[in-house]
Amino acid sequence: MEGQAGSKESNDCLITIRKSDETRIEIDSIVDHLFHDQILKAVEETLKEENIENVFVLVEDKGALDYTIRARLRVAINRMNKNV
Amino acid sequence: MLNGVKRDIPKNLPRFISSDDFLNKSRRLIEKKKKQSKTVFFNSYDEVFDKLKIKDKQTLSFHHHLRNGDKVIQDVSKIIKKLGLKDLHFAPSSIFPSYTNMIDLIFNGNITNIHTNYLNGEVAKIISEGKLKGKLVMNTHGGRARAIESGDLGIDVAFIACPTVDKFGNGTGAIGKNACGTLGYCISDLEYAKKVVLVTDNLVGKLDSYQLNGEYVDGVLVVDSIGEAKGIVSGTTEITKDPVGLKIAKDCSSLLYELDLIKNNFSMQTGAGKTSLAVVNYVKDIMKKQNIIGEFASGGITKSYVDMLEEGLFKKLYDVQCFDLDAVKSFRKNKNHIAMSASEYGNPFVKNSIANKLDFVILGATEIDIDFNVNVTTDSIGYIIGGSGGHADIAKGAKVTIIISPLIKSRIPIIKEKVNTITTPGEDIDILITERGIAINPKRKDLIEKLKTTKIKIYDIKELLEKTHNLTGVPSKIKVSDDIIGYVEYRDGTYIDVLREVHNDYIR
Repeated sequence: MEGQAGSKESNDCLITIRKSDETRIEIDSIVDHLFHDQILKAVEETLKEENIENVFVLVEDKGALDYTIRARLRVAINRMNKNV
Repeated sequence: MLNGVKRDIPKNLPRFISSDDFLNKSRRLIEKKKKQSKTVFFNSYDEVFDKLKIKDKQTLSFHHHLRNGDKVIQDVSKIIKKLGLKDLHFAPSSIFPSYTNMIDLIFNGNITNIHTNYLNGEVAKIISEGKLKGKLVMNTHGGRARAIESGDLGIDVAFIACPTVDKFGNGTGAIGKNACGTLGYCISDLEYAKKVVLVTDNLVGKLDSYQLNGEYVDGVLVVDSIGEAKGIVSGTTEITKDPVGLKIAKDCSSLLYELDLIKNNFSMQTGAGKTSLAVVNYVKDIMKKQNIIGEFASGGITKSYVDMLEEGLFKKLYDVQCFDLDAVKSFRKNKNHIAMSASEYGNPFVKNSIANKLDFVILGATEIDIDFNVNVTTDSIGYIIGGSGGHADIAKGAKVTIIISPLIKSRIPIIKEKVNTITTPGEDIDILITERGIAINPKRKDLIEKLKTTKIKIYDIKELLEKTHNLTGVPSKIKVSDDIIGYVEYRDGTYIDVLREVHNDYIR
């Protein structure tokens, strides 16, 4: 019921996703003060593209660019679905 | 009132105009210390405080040559706490993370004002969060020397950690169990402080050669230990393995070559980071291939420059502080590894300063803006993480000043519309080299012209900014508090920027 992808290396992020009653996104980023909204947008858009709802997503970010966040999230979603 | 780099400086404070404005002023010098008839020997820090009548509100100075290995500033801080002295003004040439005993003194108002050239670690953090009751003034290395010799920064007592002292009060950093090499940053303190105490853990009979002249020394305190020599190592002996760093270094060396800056009798200075070291190695290859011999390298000297001196690639090294133990050893044995004071290094009023003789310098940046202003003082939230040191001094002095940096560090773009804090004015920055492109200050038409016929592609710095934003997105504007915690003082004594307290939202 849980999937994880990424790392806590510089310029990367670790994403954890699991099923939940409602969709909730938590961002813990070293660049939160500069890029909070953009990280949130990248996660929301990716969830929508993958038709995923009612999940809890934790983004532990070390300054990843958007394409990294999107890629990590997709892998985390795949892993969650395989774990079902 | 806006200053010459469009920063708002409070009324009645000296405003920065331009990096050349000091030429309109004349050098001011207070009288040097009178010669001492005889050097006194103290038995303890308590006795020093007692005999020199150190009291509230006085200014105490220190140097940072022992860096994270320094025990003298730690021990003096302890005595101040014990004696309960208040409102002291501290003027260390830099503040390192190991200077932890200053923390309580700042919280409790024992230290209320600070002058320094560079600070990081916990002291920097609490000052950024507004815990210093007075103000922090951040100088450059050359500017601090100017401030002391002009009386702008008057020092009541200078505590000078000195690895070896003789019975006549002469001192050297070349030998002793805590040998740290040259002691360039404390020469102005030695010559102009009202009272000077050398603190040592190695007393000898008579020194044949010394950097600190005993005639300025009021007293010598012999202690068990002034520090830990291993803590003085700063910088690295490892070349970067990061492909981004290597690309920047390679492009930098190609550009130096195309600009014809690597030729007989040239001079250079770089930082001590892994990418700088890679540049030095590429330069070394070019010198060897073309049989080029340079006049000098200066700095904070590291092993890589010592090797080049020994291989005969440079005739001389001018050293204000040894960055590693190989440099200390070289300073001790090689007469062409020459000590320089902070004044000889970068004082604006010293015409023949080493800074002014440099052909090119390679420096870093935390941020650089579209006007080429550089910030090495605060991070993206406003926390103090460094300071000029010699940055603004050599940027002004050198014929060509090059900034090397990755375009993006953990999603944070290095190029900004406006830097958070101006350390070095854009008029003194000529070239920015990143892994994704090179920008040249439009002021330097000569350099742009020279590179036209080469393969090197030059971008407008605004193009590079746009390229960055395409990758990272446009960062949100950060919040800053209105409270001024201090000032960035340019080398001529004017204020180039203010330092503001970090916004409450960012304090963790």
